[in-house]
Amino acid sequence: MDEVAHGNGSKRVRAHCYTFAPLRIFRPHVSDRPVPLAITAYTVTCAAGRGREAFARALAERKSGLRENDLAQWPLPCWIGRVAGIEDAPLPPAWAAWESRNHRLAWLGLNQDGFRERALAAIERYGAARVALILGTSTSSIGETERAYRELDADGRFDATQRRSRVHNSHALAAFVQRTLGARGPCLTISTACSSSAKVFASARRLLHAGLADAAIVGGVDTLCGSVLCGFNALELVSAEPCRPFDVARSGLSLGEGAGFALLEDMQVDKSAPRLAGTGESADAHHMSAPHPGGLGAERALDEALARAGLAPADVDYINLHGTASRQNDAVEAALIARRFPVTTLAGSTKGWTGHALGAAGIVEAAAALLAIERGFAPGTLNARELDPVCGPQIRIDNAPRRVRVALSNSFGFGGNNCCLAFAAGAA
Amino acid sequence: MSAAPDIGIEGIGVWAPQLPDWSAARNMLCGNVEQAADSTRPTAAILPAGERRRAPESVLIAVEAAQQACAMARRDPRELAHVFASAYGDLAINDYLCATLARAPLEVSPTKFHNSVHNAAAGYWTIASGCMRASTAVSAGAASFGAGLLEAAVRAGGESEPVLLVAYDIAASGPLRDVIASRSAFAVALVLAPRSASALARLHLRLDDGAAPLAPTPPLLHASHRGNPAAASLPLLAALARREPGRLNLAAGPALSLNLEISI
Repeated sequence: MDEVAHGNGSKRVRAHCYTFAPLRIFRPHVSDRPVPLAITAYTVTCAAGRGREAFARALAERKSGLRENDLAQWPLPCWIGRVAGIEDAPLPPAWAAWESRNHRLAWLGLNQDGFRERALAAIERYGAARVALILGTSTSSIGETERAYRELDADGRFDATQRRSRVHNSHALAAFVQRTLGARGPCLTISTACSSSAKVFASARRLLHAGLADAAIVGGVDTLCGSVLCGFNALELVSAEPCRPFDVARSGLSLGEGAGFALLEDMQVDKSAPRLAGTGESADAHHMSAPHPGGLGAERALDEALARAGLAPADVDYINLHGTASRQNDAVEAALIARRFPVTTLAGSTKGWTGHALGAAGIVEAAAALLAIERGFAPGTLNARELDPVCGPQIRIDNAPRRVRVALSNSFGFGGNNCCLAFAAGAA
Repeated sequence: MSAAPDIGIEGIGVWAPQLPDWSAARNMLCGNVEQAADSTRPTAAILPAGERRRAPESVLIAVEAAQQACAMARRDPRELAHVFASAYGDLAINDYLCATLARAPLEVSPTKFHNSVHNAAAGYWTIASGCMRASTAVSAGAASFGAGLLEAAVRAGGESEPVLLVAYDIAASGPLRDVIASRSAFAVALVLAPRSASALARLHLRLDDGAAPLAPTPPLLHASHRGNPAAASLPLLAALARREPGRLNLAAGPALSLNLEISI
């Protein structure tokens, strides 16, 4: 049955390519079982809202979470998607040794929508060793390391309060969440820049299909820090105004932060739950900080996700685009959407609501795609006024009511790292 | 407790100071006394000259080991999905970024910034090799080698395809030395393939709940490798060098053990 579905999917994709675009030689590599997984719980926290309800409301009411940069430490002329209140929300005393802005946002995010209770219940049900934990982050707690460098002692060494090895490393986020939940299964950090917390779904899918876990907690957290604010500023990729994805006059991105988590289980657990239908991963093999001009890498990820899900482009109702508002990304991504999808597919970027949450962008936008399925609407593109002529009719400025059965989410990162996720509605 | 598919090892690459390749590492691991090779910077010949100049140390050692393993496996790097595992990323760049941000934030170098991403080595590898397959960069702290091996083996088994695993870390620099124990560079690469006809050895992987006693690190190796998470591969490399079948445990997490049954 699985192989039949796979065969059908590949054929449909190829036939569709021929209708809407020149035939491509690339055949997606999808030999494992394309069995969907149930997403039995998920949550999101970003500048546009804490928790699913707040984020969905902000999306529906087109209320941006961006604000003029008010981080006194980094007075750059830009707009940011800062999650308000992290500064006044220390970790519970039991976790004080893990203090960092990233872990505060992780804790805040875990506690929205009852997600922590759902994760603990899964650990109780399956056994701690049978629940995997895979989280994405680009910068982990580097913000805390930056602070330690600003507060070095007279000998130029870390202050005693900062000699916390558990915090100053790339895996700190997953290690922290693992400790707070008591999960004992496979635990991994994926750090592929802006595709990090999209790729967690692909790794979790493989672990579950291999039988190495019964459930997986996936997600990601990234927070604003000097490295990314000053680094993106040095690359001249940051806009002085709120980001305007796909606008003809877009001038760069707005940085943001966010946290999100999802619980993946066998589809039989809840047939009505939305599903992870397919994942696609690829590399551009082109440049460290610029996309392939022809969008070849992005297209491979898209093809693989569709083939794995057994879907054709015409089956896709909504696409949450990477859409950072950088000149290059948006031009390449818009051209890809225009050549591969019919006019019935609606697409948009939610970066105008959230800013670019980097390593958390994948999970924040997966949540936006799941909300589109759950609430029956396709978010448009906030802040865009006049679309770049390269955009096809798929890319929308306005939100649209829409029955969304299938939603994709694109995430592309530095190093030419691409991931495309396909989500589908559960059984009615 | 939970078993992953069996996997063959088709190629091995190693780079560390005084260990420029698998042949040198094998000699040392077999206890053959040999004049240490004087290697302080890997060739990483696959990188175009410009990229080689710009690439930081972590990228050079990872790319060098990856290139060696692919050559030994006689696999075209373009065909290999890959997993790059590192506990810390490029520690010299992290030191540079944090020091510059503390002193003169607007002077951050854009090249150093984009080289600071954890997937820099994987990114340079794809650019140099032309590989457009799935490319991932992972971390699991001190257990990065074991967790990376698990990720790579699960991909190889699940997708029925060969996978390149590269594990690497460099020495901590500057004030970071107070919190990170790594004092020397070490990179290892393995080409893993399910149902391989040309495997040098086969691995049967099993996950065990709890921290099992780890295999001892071969005593001949310089003590400086001990704080480097990629050097957790040394017990496996020693078994491969001596062509010794058997079992050993690697950490895949603080309370998770990856049991390897090695057959030659």
